[in-house]
Amino acid sequence: MATTIDPSTRVGDGNGKQDGKHDDDTKKKSSRKHAVPELLFGDLWEFDPAPETASPNIKPRYDLFIGGQFVAPQSGQYFDSINPATEEVVSQIALASPGDVDAAYYAAQMAYETVWRDMPGRERGKYVYRIARLLQDRAREFAVAETIDGGKPIKESRDFDVPMAAAHFFYHAGWADKLAYIAPGRRVEPIGVVGQVIPWNFPLLMLAWKIAPAIAAGNCVVLKPAETTSVTAMKFAELLQDAGLPDGVVNIVTGAGETGAAVVNHPAAKKIAFTGSTEVGKIIMRSLAERGTRMTMELGGKAANVVFEDAPIDQAVEGVINGIFFNQGHVCCAGSRLLVQESIADMFVRKLRQRMAVLRVGDPLDKNTDVGAINSREQLDRICDLVESGISEGAEMFQPSCALPPRGYFYRPTIFTGVTQSHRIAREEIFGPVLSILTFRTMDEAVERANNTMYGLSAGVWTDKGSRILRMATDLKAGVVWANTFNKFDPTSPFGGYKESGFGREGGRQGLLDYVELA
Amino acid sequence: MTTDRMTSRIPVTKTPKVYVGGAFIRSESGRTFPARDANGEFVANVPQCTRKDLRNAVEAAAKAGPSWAARTPYNRGQIIYRLAEMLESRADEMNAALRQFTREWTDGAEQEVALTVDRLVHYAGWADKYEQVLGNSNPVAAPFFNFTITEPMGVIGTIASDSFPLLGLVSQAAAAIVSGNTVVALASETTPYPAIVLGEMLATSDLPGGVVNILTGFRKELIPTFASHAHLRALDAVVAGEEATTLRRGAAESVKRVKTRPTDIDWADDRHESAFEIRNFIEFKTVWHPIGA
Repeated sequence: MATTIDPSTRVGDGNGKQDGKHDDDTKKKSSRKHAVPELLFGDLWEFDPAPETASPNIKPRYDLFIGGQFVAPQSGQYFDSINPATEEVVSQIALASPGDVDAAYYAAQMAYETVWRDMPGRERGKYVYRIARLLQDRAREFAVAETIDGGKPIKESRDFDVPMAAAHFFYHAGWADKLAYIAPGRRVEPIGVVGQVIPWNFPLLMLAWKIAPAIAAGNCVVLKPAETTSVTAMKFAELLQDAGLPDGVVNIVTGAGETGAAVVNHPAAKKIAFTGSTEVGKIIMRSLAERGTRMTMELGGKAANVVFEDAPIDQAVEGVINGIFFNQGHVCCAGSRLLVQESIADMFVRKLRQRMAVLRVGDPLDKNTDVGAINSREQLDRICDLVESGISEGAEMFQPSCALPPRGYFYRPTIFTGVTQSHRIAREEIFGPVLSILTFRTMDEAVERANNTMYGLSAGVWTDKGSRILRMATDLKAGVVWANTFNKFDPTSPFGGYKESGFGREGGRQGLLDYVELA
Repeated sequence: MTTDRMTSRIPVTKTPKVYVGGAFIRSESGRTFPARDANGEFVANVPQCTRKDLRNAVEAAAKAGPSWAARTPYNRGQIIYRLAEMLESRADEMNAALRQFTREWTDGAEQEVALTVDRLVHYAGWADKYEQVLGNSNPVAAPFFNFTITEPMGVIGTIASDSFPLLGLVSQAAAAIVSGNTVVALASETTPYPAIVLGEMLATSDLPGGVVNILTGFRKELIPTFASHAHLRALDAVVAGEEATTLRRGAAESVKRVKTRPTDIDWADDRHESAFEIRNFIEFKTVWHPIGA
């Protein structure tokens, strides 16, 4: 369905300047109320539904993928995967028990010892190239399946998740015969069997981030997708069969926390790669304390997006909107704290509200949809809880009053002004479409506030001044700094955090180093 | 001075103190433990540092961190090289300290000091080069200038081995400070005295106070605090068994990196001279900027 926007949500404060010359805005405060008319959307611009209709080819039931075969779970149990936009069952997913996980590790260990470890890199690489190509071939199908299973807008799964996943395989395929170049002066070897646990926000893309470097470097894999988003992982397993990947190189076991614990704690795992919440990351670190297994951790974030008064305002507005509402804000590096310089704060917030009023919230399969469904009931409850805390702690909330679909898990894009550093919404990761806005006066204050968090995954800075960008890029304690842009990703570009956002990198030469032993 | 007086003269013994924040201090607790030479004879009382001493040392290291990290790599390289000069010129004193206290390595004292000097020279040279080996620009598939650089992590805790009490401690510290980190080091429990002497050499080098802080004391008492102290961003420890588990479990609470090394580690091995030792204690930061008008 096309989202209708209630005419009453038209932003009526008369700030219609579209040219970004905010200086005028701040000078002519008194005359602003009667200034240039703005573009009004509302019900004047209603969109017809434009649903994506390609078939996702989702099976009614998926087994586990172990040793190159689909096998029924030992327990015989399956659980439902729900379409969060309709609350309908998408497919039934096998529940892997510790015994299944054991079988997966055995298959992986066998594949490692008998085939994969000793296969020349150039041959190993060809398999990884094949995977990239097969994924490109079926990109639309995977995109639709991803959207149905996870609730993200089709334009994102189609234009971002799936192409980026294929790109990760293509990039890492080429490393397979060039590993000697990643660590000058040292010989590199694969680690062995790697256990990988991934989150539900980018199901296929996170799978690609994990599997591509691991197998390119000669490791074998036991991967567990998130409980609510297993479908594209199992479709990916079908694709591995088409690629002829040797049995056991990649094994996929589905389930919830218990299955994850079995994957993480298995004695055959030479390394654990985890992406998810800081809370679960700490649990994994504790549980591996005795064994001392190698780890990489890509955990939570509370990124600051810092906007200076000399920023290119319209681009900054787009960047802030994209930074927090991309993928419903289910992004560990989401720009969930906006730090805007005091001199432009009122104007900037007004522009944000205007932009929010034309975001289309609704059917994820509609090509016009900007904000899709919240991934699960549980996550929706968490968002509601944190938003309520923001209100009760005294911050001021704004939501466009757009209509939401009658069924499914949806949440309106939300911003909070008047947020202070001590508010929960300024400190805790919300993982939803909720932006907390704080102000600053000086660069030092901006840095201090941006860094005042236990997280350090990403940060953004918006300014026209080159030297300030470099100074901010140096001072912001985060693994990724986006300057005059936000939420950009690439297989060649290392991603990962400081502090309690984790350790290790994914992507690029630095990410690949985390999948080899230095001999 | 008469010959008589020389023959009857009683030497002045040294009170060992630990080097923390650029000053020589006793433990805040006033506690000490006896350092005995290789024959078990009493030599001196060494500070038995407490958890409070460790927290104070972390504070000193945190305070020294930003200005140390802000120095140019060229400057850090020269300072670490100066440290090598100090050690070389006072090698006899250090040889004596090692020879007096180490059982197995009595013959190896001179070699250990020489290796330590060489290791310092090695890491001094890395100061303005490791970035070019570990970092790079990234050819992203969009119009952005994208590069990955390294940054120091902050305060690093190191726990030394009992073998190579000098070389091990210095190897751990040098690889950490060359990139701009600061260090709180726990010296060998069985052979703490060389670390006391090292502190005196650090004080006469150009290394700013607080960049390397050395504690002496008991592992059992201090390891839990090394593990849990949230301002220690990473640990480099020669540990095994229960001690290793304690470190990792405590580290989980603040998502701290832990580099463990086996207790039979051979610090004389050349593989401990590597840019990848520096990599253990840096962060990679990736910066994106659009290319365009």
